[in-house]
Parts: sequence; C-alpha cells; structure tokens
Amino acid sequence: MSLLEVDRLGMHYGQGRRVTEAIRDLSFAVERGELVSVIGPSGCGKTTLLRCIGGLLAPTSGAVVLRGEPVTGPPDEMAVVFQEYNRSLFPWMTVRQNVAFPLRGKGLTKHARRERGEEAIAAVGLTRSLDHYPWELSGGMQQRVAIARALAYQPSVLLMDEPFASVDAQTRADLEDLTLRVRDEFGVTIVLVTHDIDESVYLADRIVVLSPAPGRVQETVRVELPKPRDQIETRTLPEFTELRTHVHRAVKRPPEGV
Amino acid sequence: MRRRLLAASLELGVPVVLVAGWWLWSTRSESFYYPPLPDILSTFADTWLFERVADDVLPSLARLAAGFTIAAIFGIGLGLALGLSRPARLTLAPTVEFLRAIPTPALIPVAIVLLGIGDTMRVTIIATACVWPILLNAIDGVAGIDTTLVETARSYRVRRLDRVRWVVLPAALPQIFAGMRTSLSVGILVMVVSEMEASTNGIGFFVLQSQRTFAIPEMWSGILLLGILGYALNFGFTRIERRVLRWHRGWRASALGAA
Amino acid sequence: MSAISRRAVARRLSPPERSYGALGVVGTVAALELLTRGEVVASRHFPPPSATFRTLGGLLDSAEFWGDVGSTLQGWGAGLALAFAIAVPLGVTIGSSAVLYRALRVPIEFLRPIPSVALIPLVILVYGSGFESKLFLVVFGASWPLLIQTIYGMQDADPLALDTARAFGLGPVARFARVTLPGAAPYIATGLRISSSVALVLAVTAELVIGADGLGRSISLAQESAAVELMYALVVVTGIVGWLLSSAFAGAERRVLHWHTAHRRLEAAP
Repeated sequence: MSLLEVDRLGMHYGQGRRVTEAIRDLSFAVERGELVSVIGPSGCGKTTLLRCIGGLLAPTSGAVVLRGEPVTGPPDEMAVVFQEYNRSLFPWMTVRQNVAFPLRGKGLTKHARRERGEEAIAAVGLTRSLDHYPWELSGGMQQRVAIARALAYQPSVLLMDEPFASVDAQTRADLEDLTLRVRDEFGVTIVLVTHDIDESVYLADRIVVLSPAPGRVQETVRVELPKPRDQIETRTLPEFTELRTHVHRAVKRPPEGV
Repeated sequence: MRRRLLAASLELGVPVVLVAGWWLWSTRSESFYYPPLPDILSTFADTWLFERVADDVLPSLARLAAGFTIAAIFGIGLGLALGLSRPARLTLAPTVEFLRAIPTPALIPVAIVLLGIGDTMRVTIIATACVWPILLNAIDGVAGIDTTLVETARSYRVRRLDRVRWVVLPAALPQIFAGMRTSLSVGILVMVVSEMEASTNGIGFFVLQSQRTFAIPEMWSGILLLGILGYALNFGFTRIERRVLRWHRGWRASALGAA
Repeated sequence: MSAISRRAVARRLSPPERSYGALGVVGTVAALELLTRGEVVASRHFPPPSATFRTLGGLLDSAEFWGDVGSTLQGWGAGLALAFAIAVPLGVTIGSSAVLYRALRVPIEFLRPIPSVALIPLVILVYGSGFESKLFLVVFGASWPLLIQTIYGMQDADPLALDTARAFGLGPVARFARVTLPGAAPYIATGLRISSSVALVLAVTAELVIGADGLGRSISLAQESAAVELMYALVVVTGIVGWLLSSAFAGAERRVLHWHTAHRRLEAAP
C-alpha cells in the first residue's frame, strides 16, 4: 500500500451556471521516501490539489488517503510549506518561537519543544538567527525557517507549495539542495508543487504532470538521475536535458480529447 | 548641518514664540476673560500642584481608567467573537451600527435615569463611549486577518484556543490599538462632559464650577491641565503602542520593501 | 454598511444571509420588549420599545421637535462647513511646505489632544448660551481631524506621479491641481467623515451642557422632568440622525477611496 494516495480527486467551486472546475478525476500515488513533484501550466489546479491533500480543502469528489485512512482535515503527519513565507511565518514571534509553536498540540514539555525547535533550526543552518524576528531575515532565510518549522513537526509527509518561487535563483539552488538533504536525513516523503520544470527534474524521483484546467494527470515521468544530485553536475547530464524536454513537452501538450 | 540646525531651531523656536506672544498679549489686554499668562501659571501651581490632585485629578483619571479598561475588555472580547463568526457579525451589524451612531453625550441623561448620579454612571458612560472604536476595529482586525496565517495554523492542527490566542489576536492587535487610540480621546471627552453635567468632583466639574463662580484664572488653569493631560495620555499611549507593536513596524517595512 | 468595514462583509451575501441583519434588529427589539413588559427591567427606567416608538411617532407632528432637529443640524452643518473652510486650506498650506510643517508640528501636536470640551466654560463666558457657543465648539473640535488628515494627504503625494506630470510639461499649478489635490482627496474624505461625527457629538454636547437649543437640550429637559419615554424617543432620533450622517459620509469616503492606490495608513474606524 502506498503511503499517500490521491484517488479520483475532483474539486469544483461555485454553483449553478458559475461553476469552475479546478481539478477533475485526479489520481496518483506516492510511496514512502519519494519526492514527487507536481507540475503543470498556470491555473491547472496545482495549489488546489495540494490544499486538498493537506486537508485544508474538502474535495467535492474523490478522496485523499493517507496510510489507508481518508484525509478529512489536516492530518497529524503532514506539514505544509507555503510559498509566501512573509505571510506564513508569524511576525510577532521570533524564529525560535515560530518553529516551536506548532509543537504545542503534540503533548511535549516546554523543554522538549524548545529542543526540537533548536535541532530543526540547526538542520537548516540558522542557529545564529534563533532570536531574530523572521522579517529581519532575508527571503531565503525565512523560507528556511518555514522548512525548519515543518521539520520540527516531524511529519511523515511534507507538502511544499511552490516554495522557492519567491526567492532569487541562487537562493533557490541552495534551498533545493536543502530540501534534498532534509529528505535524506529525515526520511520524509515530499510532494512538491512547482512551475519550474528544471527544478522538478532536479529534485524529483517522479514528476506528475497536470493538464490545463480542469487538472488531471497528463503524464507521470520517472526520474532516474543519479544521486546525490548536484546543481552543476546533474544539470549538465544529457539525461537531464532529455527529461526536461520531455516534461516541457508534456506540460505544453493539450490534454487528450481537446 | 546648517539645515538641521535651522529645522531644530524652528521646532523649538516657534512654540517659544507662540507662548511669548500669548504672555505679552494677555498681560497687555484688559480682558476679564483672558487673564495674564503669568497669573494663570501661578494659579495653576497653587491649585494643582498637589493640592487638588487627590480631590479632582485622581478621581477623573480613575474613572477614565476604569471606563477604558472595561471598554477594552468588552470590545476586544466581543470583537474577537464577532470577527470570527460571520453569521454573528451579520446578525449584529445593523444593531451595532445604530447604537454606535448615537452621540454618547446624548446618553448621559439616560445613564442618569438608569444609574443615578454617581461614579457607576460616569464609568459606565465612559465605557459606553470607548467601546465602539475598539469593538469595530477589533472586528475589522480579526475578520480581515490574512488567510495564509490562519491556514498555516490550521495545517499544523493548532487548537482553536491556541489559534485565537497566538495567531488571531496578535494579528489583529495593530488594528485594535488604532481603535484604542481613538477611544482614548473619546473617553477623555466623555469624562469631562459627564463631570460637567453630573458630578461633584473631577477636573471637568472644577472647570465649569470655576466659570460659574467667575474664578477665571482657576478656570484657565483647569483648561491648561486638561490640555496637558490629553497630551500626556496620548503620548503615553503612543509609547506603549510602539513597544507592543514593535514587530508590526518591522514586518510592514520588510513586506513593503519586498513587494 | 459604514462602520463594520466592507472587508468584514466582503463575500457577497447569500440569500439566507441577507436577512440576518434584519433578524438581529427584530430580535433585539423583541427581547427588550419582553424584558421591559415582564418588569425584568423596571419600565419606569426603560420603557418598552413599543412605547418609545409610539412617542416617537407622536413627535413627528410636533413643530418643536423638528425645530430641535433643525437646531442640532444647523450647529453641525454650519460648524462642519466652517471647519472645512478653515482647516482644509490651512492643511493644504502647511502640508505642502516642509518649512511650515516643521515649524508648526510641535504646536499642533500640543494643541491637538486638548479636549475641545475643556473650552466649554470659556465659550460660555465669551459667547453665552446660544447658538454661537455651539458653533464655536463644533468648529474648534471638527477642525482638527480635517487639518491633520489634509496635511497627511498633502504629504502623501506620490513622487512618481509628480515626476511623470513634470515630464509631461505640467507646471506647478497644474501639477498641484491634477496630481497633489486628487491624491489628497481620500484623506480629506476620511477627515470629513471623522469630523462629521465629532461635529455631531460636540453639537449635542453643547446643547446638553451649555443649554443651546437642540436635541441635546431637549433630552436633558426630558430627563429632568422625568418624561422618560420622551427622553428615549429623542435619543433614538439622535441615533438615527447620527446614523444617517455617518452612513452618508462613509459612503462618500468609500467612493473617493475606491480609486486610490493602496498606500493607506492604518486608520482607525471611529
């Protein structure tokens, strides 16, 4: 049984004549320890999909199944990293407080929460900034804090919604490598939504390509590039270019029956 | 450098010139209603430094503090509840709209009928005046909270109570403080009016009484005191606000910079 | 909806939701009616709403009543107009000159928090107990929000827009009229809304404390002669007047703000 299954997921908004269908009949599975990247053209419903998986949005049809149990609300084992770190990290809390905050509901002592928080921050290399406020840090550092917060939560599945879209290219490369390191060190399964084709090929074990709205799975691409991935080495491999061209074509291809 | 010196001297110089002008004009003028400034100042020292503080200033301030605090607790509490619940908000909106449009001084006679003439009445009327800006701003602040903040908290399964205490309330606090600032001015106004209308002590009472007994320099000293108090309370409040909302300024600055 | 902001009611109201507000009003009035009829609240202190409304209905025939309403509105209107005529030009002048602003900032900061009601005794001495006292008080109190807001508005002129105008060859007067003033308009609209409510409060206060003609005075008289139902009816009327005025100004403000860019300071909704 897969760790996470998306089963004929569908989501539409509105009523009567003004119905918008964001995703339709979407199905794919994620195995333990995989990094699956979800990619598609603008407006294909990637974010809606992620929110449904994360239990933040109830789908209108189909289901998300985690370890055999349907997801009806934010599951205990999942954590989300949002794109806008500036609006996701709490500006009235320090980095330390932000990272430890979600641990409140986990029945840990104050000391344990503090320790876990510090460990997570160390894992992303921001121990020096523990007592700063998030807005005192650069964009890349803020997103690291968001990742640390997710790590401290010790989820089995990490959902990332275009997490590196709001940072510059070099910072993005660092954060991509951080994500891979985190996956290797903590063994967490990752579903990462992105619009950046290069990024999806670089990071993923499998890429799920969505069709334009209403989104459904256009194609699933297996990425067999060698590990550990390297920003320079991996990207110069001919297989990399092949894969990205393939994915690019898949993204651009009109959906069946159109 | 010279510019800064010029600016500083303007800032200091103008008030000095104005006060000097008042001094000169009032000493020259024969008007009964505008006694010389030196007289006002000496009366001020005699009256307020420290004789009548217990009799009038403290009661006034105590009423204001009590009324304001009650208004804050009630306003923030109800504001949270209504901000979080759209149905409740929609249901109460027209009623709240109407009630808060009643100019509070018009309610003083009502308060007298319901509560008699005493400190309960005065504190109640001050609280009534102060509650509306706080309530409305709390509702706005809570209802307008950034959805990403709330979604983040929800995604981490933060319990409702913790969410309200640690996410909703801080996020709404800047707006609540803006409301409290308005409430402070309104509260001072209503405190003075309630003391003029129906009281036997307090600064407002003193000022009106002085006018009635033609103790003009005393009246002016009271007006001066009210001005100083208004300024001091505002100043103090701004200081507190700045401290509590330190994070807000920094966050907005960085957000605007990035945007 | 003027006070509870549009954001708070942002999503369009679904059909059932549309009736919530009305239900709330009806429910409140009904609850009060029951409480007062059942003497849970002593009805000599707080008559049943039905009695108050009946008295209100009776008032509509009274010339004296309308005279009161007129007096209050006169004080409010004349005072607000004068305050506008004084404060806005002054604000424009101060706001467009850095020197003037630096010079006057401190005095304004000191004078501004003075509760205008502190001047009531002085006003009584100088102007007596009539209309002029009320007018003076209203003008003094209502000028400050307008002045402050106008100054903010002048200072908030978008430098980029001004540069663009200059690049298009617009002279200083044209720039002022076409860029700066329209840019300040939302602030002035906000100032007008705040000042309008201050003006009404001060008008009623003057009537209450000084004894000028108007609703405030009649409410006070009704209370003194224990005409409780009349008092409540007049209070309701005052509320209606306040509500109509504030809705009008809030609506106007919203319309002016509608096209303005989103560089707004955190403004309190008073």
